[in-house]
Amino acid sequence: MEPESADEVAGVARRSASGFAWRGFFTLFRKELLRFYKVGFQTIAAPILTSLLYLLIFSHVLEERVAVYGTVPYTAFLLPGLVMMSVLQNSFANSSSSLIQSKVTGNIVFVLLPPLSHREMYAAYVLAAMVRGLVVGAGVFLVTAWLARLSFHSPLWIVAFAILGSAILGTMGLVAGIWAEKFDQIAAFQNFIVMPATFLSGVFYSVKSLPPFWQTLSHLNPFFYMVDGFRYGFFGVSDIEPAVSLVVVASTLAFTSALALRLLASGYRLRL
Amino acid sequence: MSTPAIDVRSVVKRYGTFEALRGVSLTIEQGEFFGLLGPNGAGKTSLISIVAGLSRATSGTAEVMGHDVVADFRAARRALGVVPQELVFDPFFTVRETLEITSGYYGVRGNDAWIDEILENLDLHSKADENMRALSGGMKRRVLVAQALVHRPPVIVLDEPTAGVDVELRQALWTFVRRLNRDGHTIVLTTHYLEEAEELCTRVAMLKQGAIVALDRTESLLRRFSGTRLQLRLSGAPLPAELAALRVADPSRAERAGVETLRIDRYADIEGILARLREAGCTIDEMELQRTDLEEVFVQLMKETR
Repeated sequence: MEPESADEVAGVARRSASGFAWRGFFTLFRKELLRFYKVGFQTIAAPILTSLLYLLIFSHVLEERVAVYGTVPYTAFLLPGLVMMSVLQNSFANSSSSLIQSKVTGNIVFVLLPPLSHREMYAAYVLAAMVRGLVVGAGVFLVTAWLARLSFHSPLWIVAFAILGSAILGTMGLVAGIWAEKFDQIAAFQNFIVMPATFLSGVFYSVKSLPPFWQTLSHLNPFFYMVDGFRYGFFGVSDIEPAVSLVVVASTLAFTSALALRLLASGYRLRL
Repeated sequence: MSTPAIDVRSVVKRYGTFEALRGVSLTIEQGEFFGLLGPNGAGKTSLISIVAGLSRATSGTAEVMGHDVVADFRAARRALGVVPQELVFDPFFTVRETLEITSGYYGVRGNDAWIDEILENLDLHSKADENMRALSGGMKRRVLVAQALVHRPPVIVLDEPTAGVDVELRQALWTFVRRLNRDGHTIVLTTHYLEEAEELCTRVAMLKQGAIVALDRTESLLRRFSGTRLQLRLSGAPLPAELAALRVADPSRAERAGVETLRIDRYADIEGILARLREAGCTIDEMELQRTDLEEVFVQLMKETR
């Protein structure tokens, strides 16, 4: 059982000291994927079922009474909103729950001991969160698409907003996971920030139907731009110009990513 | 002179106003079996955490195999394997998956043969495909050791590895760790079982309240702190006055009449002591040679530096 010599160790290190440790990143990414795949009933099937129930109940009650943007039936309007809501909530849930579980059980040391930089950790946690969010979103779409006649006005907008939205929430989950020291605090973050911001983002209604004050308030909510831009991809109609939404969403991602990277680099609440 | 395995210089660690480490400096050479001892809260785990990159020093520097643990963290962490004190595991994975994942974190590819060898050596082969949750505490401890070795680090830190472990596993673990040391690995051990440290470590540091109060070869430390003791039960006459200076206070024996414990620096001293006792008319009813153990040195040091 010969150890590596100091020169060998230094040699391997030199090769990747300034760059990106791809293998380490890929391993953490894969580990995060396996983590939610192994409990797929809880992490994928359950949120798909919840969204299906939302759609069935809301469409049953409101389909005959509400048309949005003048011509879009309510079920068709609701469906992209529910897909996006699933993407956002599950992206957040993945990174936040992974990190807080690791911190509380102590197995976070397995990630902190190896030579992974803050960049590799950020990329692995956020990408895995995005994959879960997008898989659940695709699942919700597949099981509910038969309930409404949908058009695909601009598929690229759909893809762009889904990717950016999942990245933002994956990053927010990472920030929450770093900050929180117990499950209770993650639940508070989820229930008092993510959930209200999602529900008040126009998933279930067009913000144009709100009184002026609430419309203005909705425009301060970045989740609104994610849902509105995503929905534009389906109908070619939205409350806000999709390009404006894209700028807001991309800026939000830049801000949350900068925050997450800074926290990881400083070791805040991780490397005590 | 080769690069030290671990080189810690003037490390201070503060948590708010509490100073966990107060300017600790320590050099551990390659190939050493080194013991880091101290009571709870002395700063052992804080020091190890700083060396391992789990914690950041408030001031001072630490290097592993010549690599700064902050500026050159990749090389420093690759050179180090840490067996953590807590029995932690990831409940989602099997033993083999756990080791494959750890390999990947360190950038090691195609590590199956080495993983098989570690599993074999730690008697984990039959458990390779079992989920971590299904393992006993002892088996989980072995997996932690395996994880620390998976990237073949030249320096291995074991933080209280035998806490709560049964005798059989403890013996097996030490046999294995001794072999690693013989093969060239530097071993750093923290333990509450001082007989283990005495048996295994060639050099020890004792920490108290965040400062090193002793740092020496284990043998030298034992010799310096009272060497060997000669315990006698005498009758016929009291201990001659000139031998009273060698007396070691031993409260546990105080109630036994005629029992004297004398400190000797060399075994050759015994002959002279026995001759003097005969001259004084003392009869030796019982005689026992006692070697000071690390535990006594530890207790003495902790009292002295109070």
